[in-house]
Amino acid sequence: MSVTVRIPTILRTYTGGNAEVSGEGATLRDVLIKLDSDYPGIGARILDESGKIRRFVNVYVGEEDVRFAEGLDTAAPEGTQISIIPAVAGG
Amino acid sequence: MSLDFGPAVGLSCRECGTRYPLGPSFACLECFGPLEAAYSFGTVTRADIESGPSNIWRYRSLLPVPVDVASKPNMNPGWTKLVKAGNLGRALGLKSLYVKDDSGNPTHSFKDRVVAIAVEAARNFGFHTLSCSSTGNLAGAVTAAAARAGLEACVFIPANLEAAKIAMARVFGGKLIGIDGTYDEVNRFCSELIGDPLGDKWGFVNVNLRPYYAEGSKTLAYEIAEQLGWRLPEQIVIPIASGSQLTKIDKGFRELVQLGLVEDTPYKIFGAQAAGCSPVSTAYKAGHDVVQPVKPDTIAKSLAIGNPADGPYVLDIARRTGGAVEDVTDPEIVAAIKLLASTEGVFAETAGGVTVGVLKKLAESGRLDPEAETVVLNTGDGLKTLDAISDDAKPTAVIRPSLDAFRAAV
Repeated sequence: MSVTVRIPTILRTYTGGNAEVSGEGATLRDVLIKLDSDYPGIGARILDESGKIRRFVNVYVGEEDVRFAEGLDTAAPEGTQISIIPAVAGG
Repeated sequence: MSLDFGPAVGLSCRECGTRYPLGPSFACLECFGPLEAAYSFGTVTRADIESGPSNIWRYRSLLPVPVDVASKPNMNPGWTKLVKAGNLGRALGLKSLYVKDDSGNPTHSFKDRVVAIAVEAARNFGFHTLSCSSTGNLAGAVTAAAARAGLEACVFIPANLEAAKIAMARVFGGKLIGIDGTYDEVNRFCSELIGDPLGDKWGFVNVNLRPYYAEGSKTLAYEIAEQLGWRLPEQIVIPIASGSQLTKIDKGFRELVQLGLVEDTPYKIFGAQAAGCSPVSTAYKAGHDVVQPVKPDTIAKSLAIGNPADGPYVLDIARRTGGAVEDVTDPEIVAAIKLLASTEGVFAETAGGVTVGVLKKLAESGRLDPEAETVVLNTGDGLKTLDAISDDAKPTAVIRPSLDAFRAAV
């Protein structure tokens, strides 16, 4: 499946400054694996040593925070936008 | 650009400790952890502080602000009342209880404290627009502070907020964008906007200015200690939205000890949430150290953050200090607003109802020491959340102007 991935400012050094890149995969996990092969090193910024999403990173597939869905196994349908966003506090 | 952040010398990742220069950044490049101000404090004495102005700038030597901060247009919040709450204490069986009443700030919530610091950061970085994602109180604090500081304002809120909070955010000018979504969705939108050229000269007080902004909450700790006669309280109950305020009050207490301004006495920190948005309380009770986000449904909209970024730190602090995290239902929140108002003459917004409700629950279940000095926070003004007590927002009786009618009514 072809998807778009929105890249936060702090990871754009990996994507040559691009705020959005195209991705590929049936699940979020697949998309992140492909992303890391296209932009080596970016995967380790998003996932910790044990392969889990880092606790201060929020990942959305479409409008849904993946923690409300299937986490890394969340399906990534054709044309979906995936967003990677640092956790923010305040209110 | 020459930056002047007073005693702050850099930013430090709270997770991995990586150091960064001062800048409008908020997340660690290594691990996404939150960045916070790191200091090199000089000698600070009680006398220096006591000779300062009656607002948060008396603590300027402990904050990321220039030494001449008090001479610039700002809202000058802080130094709010610490109310000796004997009546409420007797009602709850607590011998020595105080209410720190932050409804006395310029826009009637504690948010004026944090925004005042963020305004200085925005000036330092040359931003032209002050912005935020907000559950309401912050929006009003930002538009007011921007007006006073001569900055543009553009703030973002969930569209369904209380009417009074919307009016307050609007009256000071600037743009108010209501988003059809939850606070967490507003927050997400702002985080994306910040990386867009449209927003790159904007100071989002709780996003790219967060390391500075968040330090404003430390002033609650400093004031409470100074108002108690330079002593730490033994127990304190603090509301949890993102959890930032609670973590910074703990940081403030520890700094006072480190600088020798108070004795190193033990204190317990208790966190308060609404049952309709209690991810931190749920994690605390389950013994977890990660916080699973929730979709909020509570009248306490200013605490309705389902994905609290500082939640894990709140758990650490509650456990480290021997405190706890507890939650109360919407009816308990309303009852607590009325209890505080009818015992102490303090009219709290729903968030204050949460905190006082949790205080009551902790007292009744014996988790608070009834002999220990206890402080409970009220962070906002009840006039902003009138709907919560709408059943009582009418006369007890409407009568003809006659003594007979009055006798019958009473």
